[in-house]
Amino acid sequence: MDQDTLRELMEDSLRGWDVDYIEVRIDDTAATRIAYRGRDLEEIGRTHSFGGCVRALYRGGWGFVSFNDPSQLRRWAEMAVAQARFVGHERSLLAEIEPVVDTVPPHLVKDPRLVPLAAKKELLDEYLDIIWSTPGIASSSIFYSDSHKRVMFANSQGSFIQQERIDVTVRIAATARRDGDLQQASISLGSLGDFSLVEGLHREVRRLAQKAVELLNAPYVKPGVYPVVLDPVLAGVFCHEAFGHLSEADHIYENERLREVMVLGRPFGRPILNIVDGAALPGLRGSFKYDDEGVPAQKTYLIREGVLVGRLHSRETAAKMGEQPTGNARAIDYRFPPIVRMTNTYIEPGEATLEDLLADIKEGVYACNWYGGTTSMEMFTFSAGEAYMIRHGRIAEPLRPVKLSGNVFETLMNIDAVAKDLAFNQGGGCGKGGQMPLPVSNGSPHIRITRCVVSER
Amino acid sequence: MKKDEALGRLIDLALRRGAEEADVFYSEAEEIPVLFEANRLKQVTARQIAGVALRVVADGHLGAAASSHPQGLDELVEMALESARYGPQAHLHFPPPQSYPDVPTYDPSVPSTTLEEMVRLGEGLIAAVQAEEEGLVCEASVRRTVQEVMGLNSRGGRFHYRRTVFSVGLYGTLVRGTDMLFVGDAKASCQPIGDVMDIVQEVKRQLHWARHTARVRTGELPVIFTPLGVASALVGPLTLAFSGRLVHQGQSPLAHLLGHKAYDPRLTIWDDPTLPYRPASRICDDEGIPSRRLPLVERGRVCHFLYDLQTAGMAGAQPTGHGYRTPAGHTSIAPSCLVVEPGEGSLEEIIASLDEGLVVDQLMGAGQGNVMAGDFSGNVLLGYKIERGEVVGRVKDTVVAGNVHQLLKERVLAIGGRPRWVGGGLLVPPIAFTALSVAANP
Repeated sequence: MDQDTLRELMEDSLRGWDVDYIEVRIDDTAATRIAYRGRDLEEIGRTHSFGGCVRALYRGGWGFVSFNDPSQLRRWAEMAVAQARFVGHERSLLAEIEPVVDTVPPHLVKDPRLVPLAAKKELLDEYLDIIWSTPGIASSSIFYSDSHKRVMFANSQGSFIQQERIDVTVRIAATARRDGDLQQASISLGSLGDFSLVEGLHREVRRLAQKAVELLNAPYVKPGVYPVVLDPVLAGVFCHEAFGHLSEADHIYENERLREVMVLGRPFGRPILNIVDGAALPGLRGSFKYDDEGVPAQKTYLIREGVLVGRLHSRETAAKMGEQPTGNARAIDYRFPPIVRMTNTYIEPGEATLEDLLADIKEGVYACNWYGGTTSMEMFTFSAGEAYMIRHGRIAEPLRPVKLSGNVFETLMNIDAVAKDLAFNQGGGCGKGGQMPLPVSNGSPHIRITRCVVSER
Repeated sequence: MKKDEALGRLIDLALRRGAEEADVFYSEAEEIPVLFEANRLKQVTARQIAGVALRVVADGHLGAAASSHPQGLDELVEMALESARYGPQAHLHFPPPQSYPDVPTYDPSVPSTTLEEMVRLGEGLIAAVQAEEEGLVCEASVRRTVQEVMGLNSRGGRFHYRRTVFSVGLYGTLVRGTDMLFVGDAKASCQPIGDVMDIVQEVKRQLHWARHTARVRTGELPVIFTPLGVASALVGPLTLAFSGRLVHQGQSPLAHLLGHKAYDPRLTIWDDPTLPYRPASRICDDEGIPSRRLPLVERGRVCHFLYDLQTAGMAGAQPTGHGYRTPAGHTSIAPSCLVVEPGEGSLEEIIASLDEGLVVDQLMGAGQGNVMAGDFSGNVLLGYKIERGEVVGRVKDTVVAGNVHQLLKERVLAIGGRPRWVGGGLLVPPIAFTALSVAANP
């Protein structure tokens, strides 16, 4: 079915229903995946996913139908309308936006589609050889993917938007073993439309294999509470996990007490702290021109000079909280309705240097890189891929990977220094509501936290 | 074109284009979730999900591809053959026709459950929980799914079954200032669920135990994992070690321990996809290997690993029927219905026997870190302090860490009685350990 026929089908399917709002989204994604486990190539190949969804709103109730066959679009719309009418019994609230008609080409630096599958495999084979030429390595994994996603969106307010995006991700991990002891080191990278991200990683791969072996000699941290300095990667993860999710309005808009906690104007950190989220920054993994409700992307201050000044919204959460939409409604694919998600989330740079941050610490932990992190709103936990003791203002002996956790509110208040070396980590995929991994980026300069619970694994 | 005709055509096309062998896996499902938010009905959804996966052996190499494009048959064959050009050497042959056990997984009263009935169930659940704690803001879901699965291969192997799943879940948030408590539970079956009092009782228990806040010290403490806690923290790293693929590559801590006593003699675990009306049960795996009960650990002794066809071929082992078809069309190894044999003693009795300790329901972030080695650690999202044989309150800002293999070998305090189902495929009692590393924020 060609684009024009599809557009006609989409716009026709939205006409004539007795609902407050209805939208349709069609998603056509072609992807390549290459996965190695150990020395074995486990999978190499392509997939093609195609489907769509209709979402309808009636008196505050939503209906949602997802499907693989668009030829019956009008029938799927009818089902969504019936569902919304079944559920709805209050007033619909959706923030007003201007309808948009636009076609957005993909952000492209080096197109992965122009690189033959054989060449991609050859490159990853080189990285595999480097890992396995390191003595002491017991296992490894390499995972590469690129995808080309084409989304068409139409709604009953006259918007029609076509957007394309190309994602590239690579994750390389090496595990070293001595007797029964296993230690892992990894890198996780991503880009929007740039295959060259994956090229020329030979030195990084060698370093990560050596790091895994070195970790076998490193001691565990003595669990306890320490001042902690986070590198830009881990600080970015912290920003995303500890605070970003709290900023997603759909967690709080229906919850009176949470709204009382997350009240605009409340101090959350010291005046040096500024946290921002926005898809309007170009060329990062969380960047796009319009979100999945057709709202234009922007840059939203969440914390400014330590004070809560904003949050992330969908059209519904914005209306229900009497605030402006922010362009943060995203769906990972056609099987899901859009929910409030982060895009590019970062701590703005300050004035200090890393040395300034270390200088006042007699005994602390310097934590870098990341394995992953989760949050439960009030509590966060994340794993650092690399860690070192800080002793008397200097980075000292390496440690085995540590786990950092704590209370979000206390920890944000305990950020007492922010360096000037902002850097972005684009290897991440965010999970929420079963929709993972959603492309996001997070960033930060080095930051210092006066106290954090640090544990062994 | 009818479905099985289309699948047959796909196999023929693959063979004509040069494949030596081919297998096709098709799954089609309709899922209807009824969703409640902030204590009331919010959204009704219908998901139609259909997709085909094709594997081929060409020139002795294995390739795979998947598509959900309704007209994508030609493209699918091309993608699968391309995958085989660069793919690993094939160590399998697709199985010839098999006879399958009778495993009931379909109940026609699931698709005929009305939306009204599902809404009533959800509303009743929320009301019953709110009667316990008025300030609780609940999200709930009542879901019904009908799925049809078909497989076909070039040696004439063929399987077909239907499955229904009915699931109910509730998650409540209680906020007091910046203190947040999350409680909740869920259940699932192939048959309709009409009685949710067990979910209500579980949430009541969580609310009751979490009413006060308790302190815990940093150090080594006895920890009891409730069935929810076992699912949250231990099952992931434990079952990973039984993957035949990781064993074959020498990456599993159990790699050289087949037949050895690697665990406490009180531990017995088996995988059984033939259990009736469990969502994780099936007549065969996604490669057509017939389902059977498989012991993994028997009184502490490791007796079997889990295999799919390719890994079994590589390792020179018998296929065990644990091939799960990934969305990319390949096969990976996964357990089906896991059962941990219960011991004696209720959760309350084990608690009463401890002077000091923790009870864990939910660990957050437990899947990070060195999972392959069996390490886990996480922030105790929902857990309680035991003092002098009683639960005195909820702990916060506390991290527990350990290695599941070491704990199950050397530090089992008790494996309790009264197992329960957690999700569609895990039947497990509470498990208590003598000592785990605990880090607390003073």
